Amino acid sequence: MGFNLILFYVFAAIAVGTTLLVVVQSNPVHSVLLLIGSFIGLAGLYVLLEAPFVAVIQIIVYAGAIMVLFLFVVMLLNAPREEIVRSSMLESGATRAVGGLLALAFAAELAWALTRSRTLAMSRAGETPAFSVPQIGQRIFQEYGFAFEATSILILVAMVGAITLAGRNLSKNGQGPNG
Amino acid sequence: MINPVAIAQIVILLFVFVMLLSSAAGMVYMERKVAARIQQRMGPTLVGPYGLLQPLADIIKLAMKEDVRPKAADPILFALAPIISAATAFTAFAVVPFGAETTFFGLLDQPVPLQVADVNVAILWVFAVTSMGVYGIVLAGWSSNSKYSLLGALRSSAQMISYELSYGMALAAVLVLAGTMSIRGIVEAQSGGLLDVSRWFLWIQPIGFFIFMTAGVAETNRAPFDFPEAEQELVAGYHTEYSSMSFAMFFLAEYINMVTVSAIATSLYLGGWNGPILPDWLGWIWFLAKVGFLLFFYVWMRWTLPRYRYDQLMAFGWKFLLPLSVVNLLATAAGVLYFGL
Repeated sequence: MGFNLILFYVFAAIAVGTTLLVVVQSNPVHSVLLLIGSFIGLAGLYVLLEAPFVAVIQIIVYAGAIMVLFLFVVMLLNAPREEIVRSSMLESGATRAVGGLLALAFAAELAWALTRSRTLAMSRAGETPAFSVPQIGQRIFQEYGFAFEATSILILVAMVGAITLAGRNLSKNGQGPNG
Repeated sequence: MINPVAIAQIVILLFVFVMLLSSAAGMVYMERKVAARIQQRMGPTLVGPYGLLQPLADIIKLAMKEDVRPKAADPILFALAPIISAATAFTAFAVVPFGAETTFFGLLDQPVPLQVADVNVAILWVFAVTSMGVYGIVLAGWSSNSKYSLLGALRSSAQMISYELSYGMALAAVLVLAGTMSIRGIVEAQSGGLLDVSRWFLWIQPIGFFIFMTAGVAETNRAPFDFPEAEQELVAGYHTEYSSMSFAMFFLAEYINMVTVSAIATSLYLGGWNGPILPDWLGWIWFLAKVGFLLFFYVWMRWTLPRYRYDQLMAFGWKFLLPLSVVNLLATAAGVLYFGL
């Protein structure tokens, strides 16, 4: 058990540390990479929870596919280094009070969630959690088949919409989608 | 008292690491020799007998060179990119088994598998690690702050993302046949039959094997799909600005990726360590022979086929390979469902 506990703290430190750095440091490309680091730390935690499938999907979908898209957008827009904005409006007493209140509310919610987490079971009552790939597959395609198909149709519609929007602008300039 | 099985696993880990490093050196030698023979030259002959020490000379030459970093480059990412490339190349090999379970001639009480980690999501692991490999190339191109590097990186990542789909579909067809995601399980599903050969998945998945190898060549950025480093257009692509050992790390990553793709193709389609004549505990010889042949095939193809044009590559990937892999997956699934393959 001791070794797993050490690993837990290592992965937790990676996840929390990189997430903090995403916000704190100002270079947008570095932020994207640190977010990937945070996802990998999370994937490590999933492995410790004996959910290797979730861990690998976390890396493929979030750290792999989605963050590549983020990286491309940040790189190709050539986003500049973020400047720290100093203005009288941001430093007035009223904005500080509102910000402080929001922070307090978040802290209270977090504390509430942490105290409740012990009473919440891992899954709904009467259901055994699915760990292995065949179990997860059977759940998705049998019990939750409708929800799964509905989600995929939603994503398909979004894709067709994106292509239509992108293609319309191109043809106005006298170029086809392949031009 | 330390568990002897744990020691054996650490020894296997170190062995795989050293073997991968030396396989890259071996590949450099083979690449030079085969290329030379195809072009009716002799290749390296001066360093050592038959030029066998040539890779060593290459490494020394690279290590002695000055490590140049462009002034406008992002220093952290410029240093990080080759590390990501090399690290992902090594990590992917962790789940590949290269022999049957063994007790090392009775040295251990219980048999250990000849591989670094036998995980039940091995195929997905390979897929996840390859998708992380894209970052090494993209970051190398962007952090160099040079137009050739950036163009090379963009091309390369577009190519890798496009061919990853067909790659995954070909893998899925094998999963359906074997009913497991563990690569060891897939190899064991191919054992037995006539001469230990007749149950290889190659015979029922010839199209899958073709798709896997084609996508594998595109994934590893090798000729005829070596666009990221098309010399005539892009100087050297994403690693234009790299020199000395940081260049060597990209070089290493490319060769190790080739070894990994060949090893996975061997395990998935060519029966892994299964083969006639040799007993089970010598199965790793079959494994090495098959991987070696596929690596030779890689080099052979590079010096035989001319490079595609970039739009041809994209059209081939999206309009031919991807539909073919979908049909292959559907046909395999139908075969398993209705005929119990």
